Amino acid sequence: MEDFSFLNPGSRQIDFDNFDDRLLLYVLEYEPSFVTCISCGGCTATCSAGNLTNFNVRKIGLWLRRGETEKLSQEIEKCMFCGKCTLVCPRDINIRNVILLIKKRISELKTENQPV
Amino acid sequence: MENFIIIPFTVGLIYLTLVLIYRFVKWVRGLSKLDKLRLVQSFKIRRMLRSLKEVFYEGLLHRKIFRKNPVLGYMHMSLAFGWFLLIVLGHIEVMAARRSLLVPFYLPVFFRYFETGTTFFASGIFSFLMDFFLLIVLSGVALAMLKRFKKQLFGMKKTTRLKTGDRMALTSLWLIFPLRLLAEGMSAELYGNGSFLTSSVGHIIGSFSSESTNLVLWTAYSCALGFFFAALPNSRYMHIPTEVLLIFVRNAGIRLKKRNNTYTDIQVFSCSRCGLCLDNCQMAAAGINHAQSVYILKNIRNNNLTDEQLFNCLLCGKCEVDCPVGINTIDLRITQRIESTLQYNSSYNYLEDLPARKASTIYFAGCMTHLTPGIIASMKTLFHMAGENVWFMDEEKAPCCGRPLMLAGQHDAASKLIVNNTRKILGSGAKTLVVSCPICYKVFREDYELGNVEVLFHAEYISRLIREQIILPGKTTTRIVYHDPCELGRGMGMFEPPREVLRATGKVIPVKNEKQMAHCCGGSLGNLKISQQERAVLRNQAVKDYQQYLPDVLATACPLCKKTFARHRGIEVMDIAEIVVSSIRKSAEVVPVKASVKEEAFAEELV
Repeated sequence: MEDFSFLNPGSRQIDFDNFDDRLLLYVLEYEPSFVTCISCGGCTATCSAGNLTNFNVRKIGLWLRRGETEKLSQEIEKCMFCGKCTLVCPRDINIRNVILLIKKRISELKTENQPV
Repeated sequence: MENFIIIPFTVGLIYLTLVLIYRFVKWVRGLSKLDKLRLVQSFKIRRMLRSLKEVFYEGLLHRKIFRKNPVLGYMHMSLAFGWFLLIVLGHIEVMAARRSLLVPFYLPVFFRYFETGTTFFASGIFSFLMDFFLLIVLSGVALAMLKRFKKQLFGMKKTTRLKTGDRMALTSLWLIFPLRLLAEGMSAELYGNGSFLTSSVGHIIGSFSSESTNLVLWTAYSCALGFFFAALPNSRYMHIPTEVLLIFVRNAGIRLKKRNNTYTDIQVFSCSRCGLCLDNCQMAAAGINHAQSVYILKNIRNNNLTDEQLFNCLLCGKCEVDCPVGINTIDLRITQRIESTLQYNSSYNYLEDLPARKASTIYFAGCMTHLTPGIIASMKTLFHMAGENVWFMDEEKAPCCGRPLMLAGQHDAASKLIVNNTRKILGSGAKTLVVSCPICYKVFREDYELGNVEVLFHAEYISRLIREQIILPGKTTTRIVYHDPCELGRGMGMFEPPREVLRATGKVIPVKNEKQMAHCCGGSLGNLKISQQERAVLRNQAVKDYQQYLPDVLATACPLCKKTFARHRGIEVMDIAEIVVSSIRKSAEVVPVKASVKEEAFAEELV
């Protein structure tokens, strides 16, 4: 069964001193259109990979903003780059590029031996 | 003895020769074992002659540039072929004068300086011809100078930005022949060894003539030559020797295979930065002027290629069409993308081996077709009419075909999807795979190994149905403009089947920019960096061009093109499958056809 963590949600407090903005700043530098995301979920609804497995593009955006680098590095692997999300996005965000940038930055962090 | 005038020329030539030998040996050694074998195998008389013919036509005569623009072609031909003839004829002249086949290598260059006044067999004809070819080369130089200021006369809208090394080589190249003219003119005035051109120039500058000015002019000529040779390896003029190697290597059947090797270098150094690809590139309309093929080639050569440039390309293939050197810019760029993303290819462990359904035909719609349900409905109707036992493979759950990943350079990740899909296709025992998306079609044809399964694009499938009179579309007077999708047209060379299908339903209007020169709709998956606003600019440009022909409908064979054009309100856009189905329905209403066909046509209406 899906684990929604209702019973043990853990701390949701965001500590700004420890906020990990390495990915977010990188993405915003090269794909500034991401800032206009309204988390509508259109991308998730149409996603080809999401049809096959538990994958949520909208969540990628949320985790990116929250600096959840570790979760992202696992989740981002699932994308198939088909580009449907980009076509349906009402804010005209180049989501394919966002995904590419995240993947690239994570691999860079890994080669630099930084915690991911 | 004033022999020292040959020193600058000789030093330059020796340096150039050494660099060329070093680079050519490095490139050929860097090829894979198989490619080396191919190269050795290609040293057969017939293939050698074919390559030499190509070197003559493209390297010297520049036939492809002539086709593009006669003035531009003449400029290149006069410089290359004229100079070549000067060298060859100069050697023959010296051999005739010395009555020996072995002559010092520098003598043909400085012949008029060293040989003063001796007459030999046909010396008059030789000096006339040498003057004549010098005139041709000079006309080329004059045109080249003119081109710097008025490139519109040469049919070019843009030329490339030059770097310092190029400027230095260009200046010395421009100086070589005017200096030669002055030097030979001065010698003609002093020793009377010139012909119509050099003698007249000699008369004009006669008042300055003296032994010492003569020496100065010849030294300057020697310096210009030497300087050009020294600057050549680090400038774009490196394409002159490299292109010859490229032609031989390419004719041996050597291609890039998803990874860089020295064939990349050979292609990169063969780029003359002529800028013909710039005019073909649509992205300039959207203000993107740094990512065109010529700059990518330049940046690969200089090792400063950025992702922002590499991924900012529609991969439409228009630049490849007019490249006078024949560089495979698309392969080259995709290979470069593969190399740059090697570190982060996904494994797709979640892919399951879902069971395959037994069927005689498989329909793979693809991700893009799923966003245009009209095409899927039309295809279903057509399959139903044809009475085909079809398995709609990705109706509910199937991975992507892998082409978008390929375009993003993630070759290893794409192969995971390819393996999964291949297993299912082979498992169903189907004989035919029909796809309605050119993006999928290209990857199924090029990267899947499907054995006996025939991969058909829906245009081919529909045109087969029409030929076998299984479906009967009615011909109307609808004016149709057909938009060639990049992946299908330039990508797979399929231009006719969609037009055949459309001719059965209406009047297909030929347009100026079609087939090889067709526009990209702007929606291409090849570009990961372009914004939607910039895409819209490209789309509007294409629509504006098509609207001149007053079409009733803009037809295309690609769901992504359809989706992109559909956002433009000024034009009705339909896929060929939709056009055929609607035409069958209309004709079924008017013309009495086989009752069964009519019945079936409506049976699927609800899909």
